[in-house]
Amino acid sequence: MEFVRAFIVGGLICVVGQLLIDLTKLTPARIMVIFVVAGVILGALGIYPLLVEWGGAGASIPIIGFGNVLAKGVIEDVDKKGLLGAFSGGVRSGAVGIAAAVFFGYIMAVVSKPKTKNKT
Amino acid sequence: MEQKRTKEEYKKWSQQQAPRTPKARNLIMAFFVGGIICTIGQLILRALLNTGMPKDDASSLTTLFMIFIGAFLTGLNVYDDIGRVGGAGAAIPVTGFANSIVSPAMEYKKEGYVMGVGARMFLIAGPVLVYGIISSIVVGIIYYLVTR
Amino acid sequence: MGTRLGKQTIRLDSKPVIQSWASIVGAKEGHGPLGRYFDEIIEDEYFGEKSFERAESKFLRETLAKTLMKGGVSAGDIQYIFAGDLLNQCVAANFGLRESEIPFFGLYGACSTMAESLTLGSLMVEGGFAERCVCITSSHFCSAEKQFRFPLEFGNQRPPTAQWTVTGSGGVMVGKAGDGPRVVHVTTGKIVDMGITDSNDMGSAMAPAACDTITAHFRETNLPLNHYELIVTGDLGIHGKNLCLKLLEENGITIGDFYDDCGVMIYDQKKQKTDCGGSGCACSAVVLAGYILEKLSKRELNRVLFVATGALHSPITVQQGESIPAIAHAVGIEMV
Repeated sequence: MEFVRAFIVGGLICVVGQLLIDLTKLTPARIMVIFVVAGVILGALGIYPLLVEWGGAGASIPIIGFGNVLAKGVIEDVDKKGLLGAFSGGVRSGAVGIAAAVFFGYIMAVVSKPKTKNKT
Repeated sequence: MEQKRTKEEYKKWSQQQAPRTPKARNLIMAFFVGGIICTIGQLILRALLNTGMPKDDASSLTTLFMIFIGAFLTGLNVYDDIGRVGGAGAAIPVTGFANSIVSPAMEYKKEGYVMGVGARMFLIAGPVLVYGIISSIVVGIIYYLVTR
Repeated sequence: MGTRLGKQTIRLDSKPVIQSWASIVGAKEGHGPLGRYFDEIIEDEYFGEKSFERAESKFLRETLAKTLMKGGVSAGDIQYIFAGDLLNQCVAANFGLRESEIPFFGLYGACSTMAESLTLGSLMVEGGFAERCVCITSSHFCSAEKQFRFPLEFGNQRPPTAQWTVTGSGGVMVGKAGDGPRVVHVTTGKIVDMGITDSNDMGSAMAPAACDTITAHFRETNLPLNHYELIVTGDLGIHGKNLCLKLLEENGITIGDFYDDCGVMIYDQKKQKTDCGGSGCACSAVVLAGYILEKLSKRELNRVLFVATGALHSPITVQQGESIPAIAHAVGIEMV
């Protein structure tokens, strides 16, 4: 059942993204920015954590979930360290995602090269 | 030129005749591709939780695995095809974030490992981090002021 | 010495001859409907080189060699070469021709460059300043994507108005004498900007320019519309072709039966999933040097108006929200 929930939540979040692409002609980079900022705001308001609770990876894997993680870290750190936490929390809690993307990205760039699209 | 239309009229006129985006097809494909990627994430998450790992760690490790998968499929020259079919379904999950980092890094390897791979890696993902971090700081400051 | 017929058109009275031509294309173009007309098809997008930019230069260099070979001349017999491509600072041409030892003019007319170079080369011959000129252009899907759009492996979706940059190079040699298709009229385009800002919709941006130039050509030459057996625009694609036809009709120019577009001809849009069709400097160049000149020399066609179209934007201007200026140059090529 949790897999069905993940499928539905993840799928629906992507449908929202697709609607933005097709209806507004925004570039993919802008869509990703909108999603991550939306995640931060919804996370801070306590709405997104409810979705993660219900949808599991379906809510945490989309990039909007990354925004939620940033908000969560910031709030934790502000509770612990005060204003300094506003600067430390986001990057601390997002560290795994950022570091993994940089690390694997670098390795793949070293070992692989781009190919043309759809040759025939 | 002897134009019968103003620029605005021309823009409207040309757009009316432009080939249409297959919206229904795109939405369905985005739903399925995005859904499948997230279900894979849930499978990994469940497997990790079943080993008794704390929830936060399991969640982080799932993200790490998904980023690896996205990066790996990009390196195999496959993720662009997934993106062509899945649209936002491939771009919005964190695998798409990985793709947006790996693809320019690969593309600009010929420009060197520092100014090519190193600098261009964040061509598309950079703005995501910039706005994610800035908005999280703003949220932190507001939270600090509200809860004092 | 040529006669100026109007603001934009010159009649070349000596009728410079297109003595030889050559085209080399990539895999996708080779698998397309015109595949059998091209001289060589290169399956490897890197063309054995380290980068796409070097590959594009090689396409250009090899096409030059082939053009000279087919014309039975050596580089020393060429007085000028007019070349261009899509890359910043025209590096594909600069680097591809740096060992050629031929006086060189680098041109940028975006995808209209083939007609621009053919115009200038023919005028040079007409003016008596050159015995022979080579006019050549190139483009490469991968180097163009990198410069104008996204990295190749980035998983973005192409909008249905997008066009596919042709990989390849086409070149022609124009000279004073000989048999073959002749350049009779050249109509130089003006920059036309109808305010289109979507860089994924080149057809809409370029159609008014093509219409403008074709209209000027018929107005200034006073030729009847059916003078040409084929009027072919450069790379308007399916959408732009449709718009151009309608715009022309509003100007009283009905050419539907003998009008086509290189971008539409070069790919099988359905099977090859190229959306609106081909684009790039090489699109009109390889269709000219592969298909059109072949048909002319066999007299399956006798009079063709070749109208290459170009969008004169850069990624920077698009990001700054500027609209896309466009241009079209027409060259009337006839068997005499």
